[in-house]
Amino acid sequence: MSLQRKDVLGLEDMSAEEILLVLDIASRFRAVFDRPVRSVPIMRGRTVVNFFHEPSTRTRISFELAEKRLSADIVNFSVATSSFSKGETLRDTAENLAAMKIDMLVVRHGSSGAAQYLSRVLACPVINAGDGCHEHPTQGLLDIMTMHQRLGDMRGKKVTIIGDIAHSRVARSNIWGLNKLGAEVTVCGPPTMVPGNIARMGVTVEYDLKKAVAQADVLNVLRIQLERGAGGDFPSNREYHRMYGITEDVVRGLKPEAFVMHPGPMNRNVEISSEVADGPRQVILDQVANGVAVRMALIYLLSGGDPGALASGEAA
Amino acid sequence: MEWSWQRIPAEYLVTGVKLARGGKIAARKGYLHVKKGRVEALGVGKPTAEGLPVLEADGLILAPGFIDTHVHFREPGEEEKETVATGSRAAAAGGFTTVVTMPNTDPTIDNPGLVRYVIDRGNEAGLCRVLPAGAVSIGRQGQGLAELGAMVEAGARAFTDDGSPIENGKLMAAALKYGNLLGVPIMSHAEDRSIVGSGCMHGGYWSTRLGLTGMARAGEDAAVFRDIELARASGGHLHVCHVSTRGAVDIIRRAKADGINVTAEATPHHFSLDHSRCRDYSPRFKMNPPLRETDDVAAVADGLADGTIDCIATDHAPHTATEKELQFDQAPFGVIGLETAFAVGVTYLVEEGRLDLGQLIACFSERPARVLGLPLGSLEDGAEADFVLLDPSGEWTVDATTLHGRSENSCFLGDRLRGRVMATFMRGRLTWRATEPSLT
Ligand SMILES: [Zn+2]
Repeated sequence: MSLQRKDVLGLEDMSAEEILLVLDIASRFRAVFDRPVRSVPIMRGRTVVNFFHEPSTRTRISFELAEKRLSADIVNFSVATSSFSKGETLRDTAENLAAMKIDMLVVRHGSSGAAQYLSRVLACPVINAGDGCHEHPTQGLLDIMTMHQRLGDMRGKKVTIIGDIAHSRVARSNIWGLNKLGAEVTVCGPPTMVPGNIARMGVTVEYDLKKAVAQADVLNVLRIQLERGAGGDFPSNREYHRMYGITEDVVRGLKPEAFVMHPGPMNRNVEISSEVADGPRQVILDQVANGVAVRMALIYLLSGGDPGALASGEAA
Repeated sequence: MEWSWQRIPAEYLVTGVKLARGGKIAARKGYLHVKKGRVEALGVGKPTAEGLPVLEADGLILAPGFIDTHVHFREPGEEEKETVATGSRAAAAGGFTTVVTMPNTDPTIDNPGLVRYVIDRGNEAGLCRVLPAGAVSIGRQGQGLAELGAMVEAGARAFTDDGSPIENGKLMAAALKYGNLLGVPIMSHAEDRSIVGSGCMHGGYWSTRLGLTGMARAGEDAAVFRDIELARASGGHLHVCHVSTRGAVDIIRRAKADGINVTAEATPHHFSLDHSRCRDYSPRFKMNPPLRETDDVAAVADGLADGTIDCIATDHAPHTATEKELQFDQAPFGVIGLETAFAVGVTYLVEEGRLDLGQLIACFSERPARVLGLPLGSLEDGAEADFVLLDPSGEWTVDATTLHGRSENSCFLGDRLRGRVMATFMRGRLTWRATEPSLT
């Protein structure tokens, strides 16, 4: 089986089989990270454009690393350093990119739906690196990969996502992907940040943190945008921490094997206490490594890479 | 329909038509006798007058010309979107003979000179009656009251800051008192922005799923409630624009039962489409108020059926293709609606059994005429002969080439609708007809 699609815009429209294929390929890439020869030349002579219309360091570096390891030629556009200014319409941007005859586009944009729009206009594969509050599929895949490595078959596993669900593309991609794999997802946070109607996406809404985490196999703790406090979504960082922060106290109430994830960068002592962030239950650096592997897998598969060839040792 | 005339004569008969008046459609065929732009006579059976030129419109419905209480013709200032002339063309093609233009132009229509300017542009185009609404506040800034009296003298028929709500309750109260004094309605774009915030679509499941900022319907309900209480206190005529929520319909229904001087309008998109249409992030479905929940859509239709909502208004709001190609959250609010209004009514209200055809036609004619206090919309003997010929079962597909305004930002592009406007007459003159060759 290979990935029969042009783009990866979200996990909403990916099947369980596709997700498992990506995780499988990603784990093979992950396995060769520690060996001396790290590059797979599938993208040699092909150009990937990383178009970041919104500041991002982690995701951009992770994509670049993935692209380098596949020998791609890389062009970076970001808002700060290019003529792709805020005044330019997405359509203008798309026409420019189309004229450049690029082989793949990785796009991060502040508007929900922007990646979908570009994918319709461009003939090349488009990977969504985060669109507004909509989806962040590579983050979703790396999160699910990190869970899958520890928990195996995700069917019936209990995942609790905590934080600003309303404004989180990470939450949406996790929800779609985990539901496809049969996990049971609970979302938790203050009611100003967790709309009740999200239950229709197939999750349990629980505003009481203690109840939300009691049965969980894994906690996925989202980064809080601190400026939302000023907008009235929560009274203060201290109050957020008191009610929804993941502290030693919360962790003590977890099942013994349960672990804690965070997409980074962390606000220490807001959504997660320093003790937990540095403690034995967190798997954050593993998430980072899986992020590169998942992005390699997607680029590999979208460029027509053969999963079978990889299995027979090409990657080594 | 046989068109043998080269031009429309001064006196003529339209025969073989089913007359739509008083919320009903005549079972038997009848005629309309037009003389010098006025209704000379009409009735069922054969006309009494003989030897006149005859337009045989066999089987079509003859209804009063449509009246739209809410259009944006963008002139002056945004002529790339629409002008009074291009908007009038779209109006005529949609069966409208009278429109009320909104004052949120650049500059704002907030003085008698600009009111006259819009009227003059309308007369030049000569395709429909263009009745300007003036702004309530100077520059629509929500601060000082504009000179409503002078604007009424110049021809303004209503006042509104539409495009924006009037946030200052005291200003709204003052406007209603002046409106009462001058005998004109104050049209309210009811939106409490302290509740609604800066969203771009209805706040509900779909905004959550799509990751777009939602606009809470409580913001519309609260604003309608405030305005109704101000109308109760002042006795002034409040007209609630583009009602889109179940809550607002309920509040207006109770206010009418209380005898408050309130009328209301609803748009075709709000009684036909719900917020799931935003699923592909197409700004063609972005407007304010936004497409709501299915129960809101049903409540708006019920409101039209029981008379809580007086009339259908299009909120025709043209925008250029460039603007509507922006991302959903960046694109401007607004959709066009003049040319699809009747067909959307037939397809979504009549065919769904919510209204009968006679009621639907009344929502476009005598009911808005009553809102505006106009001697139009019912084809009385001696009234000006504004009328429209309709084929309620004619099917057509909405595409850009079938639209006659300057912009194409319709919710219904590509849709197959039922209900065609075959010809439109204003003061007895043909302003539009569906089939070629066109008459001169
Ligand atoms: Zn409005």
